[in-house]
Amino acid sequence: MSDSVNYGTIVKNGIFGENPVFRLALSLCPAVAVTSGVKNGFLMGVAVLFVMTMVNGTVSLLRNYINPKVRIPSYMFIIATWVTVTDQVMAATQRAVYKDMGLYIMLIVAFAIVLSRAEMFASRNKLLPSMVDGAAMGLGFLLALVLLGVFREFLGKGSLWGYPILGQKPLLIMILPTGGFFAMGLMMGWLNWLDRKFFGGTGASSGGH
Amino acid sequence: MEAPALAKPQEHPKLIVSIGPHMHDQETTAKIMWTVSGALLPAALMSVYFFGMPAVMVILVSLAASLASEAAVQWMLKKPVTLSDGSAFLTGLLLAMNLPSNAPLYIPAVGSFVAIVITKHLFGGLGYNIFNPALIGRAFVLISFPKLMTTYVAPASQFMAVDAKTTATPLVLLKEEGMAKLLEIFHTKAALYQDLFLGNRAGSLGETSVIALLLGAAFLMMKRYITWHVPVPFIATVGLLAWMFGGKEGLLSGDAIFHMMSGGLILGAFFMATDYVTGPSVRAAQVVFGVGCGALTVLIRLKGGYPEGVMFAILLMNCFAPLLDRGMKSRVFGKAEAKGVKK
Repeated sequence: MSDSVNYGTIVKNGIFGENPVFRLALSLCPAVAVTSGVKNGFLMGVAVLFVMTMVNGTVSLLRNYINPKVRIPSYMFIIATWVTVTDQVMAATQRAVYKDMGLYIMLIVAFAIVLSRAEMFASRNKLLPSMVDGAAMGLGFLLALVLLGVFREFLGKGSLWGYPILGQKPLLIMILPTGGFFAMGLMMGWLNWLDRKFFGGTGASSGGH
Repeated sequence: MEAPALAKPQEHPKLIVSIGPHMHDQETTAKIMWTVSGALLPAALMSVYFFGMPAVMVILVSLAASLASEAAVQWMLKKPVTLSDGSAFLTGLLLAMNLPSNAPLYIPAVGSFVAIVITKHLFGGLGYNIFNPALIGRAFVLISFPKLMTTYVAPASQFMAVDAKTTATPLVLLKEEGMAKLLEIFHTKAALYQDLFLGNRAGSLGETSVIALLLGAAFLMMKRYITWHVPVPFIATVGLLAWMFGGKEGLLSGDAIFHMMSGGLILGAFFMATDYVTGPSVRAAQVVFGVGCGALTVLIRLKGGYPEGVMFAILLMNCFAPLLDRGMKSRVFGKAEAKGVKK
């Protein structure tokens, strides 16, 4: 438990240093599955942002009352609760999108990044830092999905957020799952290159936890 | 066919330590690459003969884009630019051989870029790529431009024919309309086989002329650049399985000869599946590799969504090449433990 918390570091860590998709290589399945369009990617990101913030907050509040022996099932209950809330809200307000990706909203329960932040951060930090960490990680995830969505929708459908820009479909492969992996790999490589070139980083870990 | 990894000029260490025996001969990466390109020449000439000026353009653009991509990516990665080793030239040529003659010219350009930059250099350059670059290039454009990539024209009688007639390849005809339709077009089985053998049919540039491809393949076999271990099991498996399951009148009624001569089988079996880098190097593993390619090809042709499966079959088997090599490497005699001994 840290006494003085540096929120700036937490936020930077969530978005850049340990970006869930590009640095930790977690939750790649939804990242590839829903990013054939910017809008879907954005809404998925918002859902994850909300779930992670609330889960981290709840876990942090309950951290002194949960027996360590049953902490993982307890976290899963908390996660499932918040995912259900998100799912119901989405179903009520975003009918069209929900039909497309409702399944993936349910799957947020199984996202490694949500559980890992609950276990690694929220279970040993106070309420506010935990929620900030959840929000920062969620924001990192959101940004990654939007970035992928822009890249794939523009190349695959020639449009952005559903609005046609090019008037044609340059590279159909980009909106297919294959193209998702292409986009993911290229973008990860590009970000590593940027990091090494301009920020003196060492590139991402090989990922895959 | 790409070169063995040891011929990378930019990575020559000061001191080379490797396990004997060491054999030296006159072969270099560049010599092999240029010879294989030369072996493709008959097929390339036949494609120009049958498809005319558009074929020339596709080949030229593909070559130019390949060479330009290679030079650009090597320059950007600060590696020595090795255009003269012929590997980029060969990739470009192979890709062109796999495209329809009437493809718009940005297709060979995009395909070459994907082949050279993404498939080869992003995986570490020549000798480190997992998949055959030309085939990934083709798969990429096939999936990206499905309509353009599956519209073939009939061979033109004149070199400068402008109004090429769009038609389906024999495999598409067989899949969608059956053997009867094929016979209606080619009249007799014998005429069908003859046209397939010569290459007088719709298809990708370099895949149509069986005789020209066999000529090049025979030359490569004579020079011992390729062996029978991959191509023969590959083609034989396709023939056998097509004969067994390819017919409409139950088992053993398929047309093996037709299946062996159509599509990109001959081109794929001799020039793509024999790639040193992306195929296995243990002999027994090569045979299994060939059989696997053949089985997957027939599976895709008969049951899959695509009329032709050679490309995906080879790419899928590329994944298994290291596994096959590891599982089937020869036993080291005179040692209690063969562990850690590389072939």
